Amino acid sequence: MSQADAPGTPRGAIECVRWARIALLAVAFGYVGILLIAPLAGIAWTVVKGGFHVATETFRAPDVRHAYLLTGVITVLTVVVTGLLGVVVAMVLVRDRFVGRRIVSAVVDLPLAVSPVIVGLAAVLLFGRGGWFQALFATRGIQILFALPSMVLVTIFICIPFVVREVGPVLQELGTEEEDAARTLGASPVQTFFRVTLPNIRWGLLYGVALSAARAMGEIGAVLIVSGALQGKTETATLYIFRALEERQDASAYLVALTLAGTSIVLLAAIELFKRRRIKEMGR
Amino acid sequence: MSAGIQTEAIRPSQGVSRPTPTGSAAGLGRLGLRGIALLYLGLMVLLPLTAVVVKGFGDGLAALRSALAAPGAVAAIRLTLLSSLGTAIINGVLGTLLAYVLVRFRFPGRGLLSGIVDLPFAIPTLVTGVMLVALYGPSSPVGRVLGRHGIHIVFAPLGILLALLFVTLPLVVRTVEPVLLELDPAEEDAARVLGAGAWTTFRRVVLPAIRPAIAAGALLTFARALGEFGAVVIVSGNLTGQTLTAPVFIFQLTSQFRPEQAAAVATLLFAISFVLVLVTERLVNRREEAR
Repeated sequence: MSQADAPGTPRGAIECVRWARIALLAVAFGYVGILLIAPLAGIAWTVVKGGFHVATETFRAPDVRHAYLLTGVITVLTVVVTGLLGVVVAMVLVRDRFVGRRIVSAVVDLPLAVSPVIVGLAAVLLFGRGGWFQALFATRGIQILFALPSMVLVTIFICIPFVVREVGPVLQELGTEEEDAARTLGASPVQTFFRVTLPNIRWGLLYGVALSAARAMGEIGAVLIVSGALQGKTETATLYIFRALEERQDASAYLVALTLAGTSIVLLAAIELFKRRRIKEMGR
Repeated sequence: MSAGIQTEAIRPSQGVSRPTPTGSAAGLGRLGLRGIALLYLGLMVLLPLTAVVVKGFGDGLAALRSALAAPGAVAAIRLTLLSSLGTAIINGVLGTLLAYVLVRFRFPGRGLLSGIVDLPFAIPTLVTGVMLVALYGPSSPVGRVLGRHGIHIVFAPLGILLALLFVTLPLVVRTVEPVLLELDPAEEDAARVLGAGAWTTFRRVVLPAIRPAIAAGALLTFARALGEFGAVVIVSGNLTGQTLTAPVFIFQLTSQFRPEQAAAVATLLFAISFVLVLVTERLVNRREEAR
């Protein structure tokens, strides 16, 4: 080391840097390979080894189909709500100035720090027996717990940060010059938003929506608590995996798990690709 | 960097609040948006969390004390704190390494490596647990070989650590990466020309600049690991006093209809991660102000 460091031997120094570089690359690829790729390969291999009949049996089962459908419904509702309101929150945080803005910004990040289990517990405390809102809905015959509404609510809570955190920086970077120009030329705030702001933030928005969707599809902790996991009624795809493992139907559990992982990966990869192409188009 | 110049150019215009052309209508619109945003966050985020805190500590420390008296409660909290700490340290070091490699080196497969680092964002946490069981479980060849050498991953603390490492990997990488990107490589070249070795250059030139980002990423990792449920519940086996983590303990209390105790432990856990997130926010803001 000391010899390589000596200024008199630049070639030794370069050699040393080269080896350090190779070592760092080896550690980087090794860590990612063992931690991330090996388990993915493991489950893919197990599913393939299980054979085709497992797939046909699993996908034909009515409770599996219902579970996929329910996951789809929850994901779509969550994405719509967190997408629309996420853009509003991002606009307010970036463009608006008011006392306590920092606190609001921290509140947006809170769901990242709160365990999904705590979110489920909160829903039980609000809507369950003796809860703050129990009387309000029970007297009107509206079922919140052990039904779709609470499952969507907890999933929204968990997905709130994604769109805000993807759109916020884009808005910041954009500045207000283009919007001001549009407004000076007589565009209404609504026109300005749809013609100027939205086209500029769409890739950030799409990426945030994709992250939201991936998270919503995979949510388990909160949904497990509020849904009651009633088979064929409030059982989502992740809850199905959970039950199948407990009932020792490992092959079906692995298969459904792999389809969930595959769907989210394809979704995020597609959007990453669009994003890169877009950056290239802009010539930056 | 073109991005840096752009932000500089935008900065001045943002601080000035200029009168909008449409006057009071725009002002009303802005108030409306602000109202919607605050109402949304208040109802969806603050209200549920308030309910947990009020339920847990409405009677003082009684609920917490009775929850902690349950068998395995203290062990569960200790296990969660220790495994989260281990996760933050390991991913703090290796996440920084990954970020450095991704930003500074040009090599074939760099885009692929960068994409793979984001995988945990896409893969459902429960599926992470399922994958670890499929790979290292007693019914897999890998699990059997490891088991013969006395290494147990599934239903053991090592499995919990692996699950947490998997789920939190992108956090440090993605907080350190942008800071490294803005750091001028010329400084590193200068240090090297002046005779500093690779390690000295990193320690004296690069590390001081990225230290706040590493800390922020590690804190975020710790907070996320504290609350992880989906990945852990499958791998750990949830043996009381051995592999039961705090989030799973809260889940058990809730399903045993002991909401007060569940809320007390939840508040404890949540208070720790909340403080961590506030500190992180402070660190990141300080960096932005320094720019």
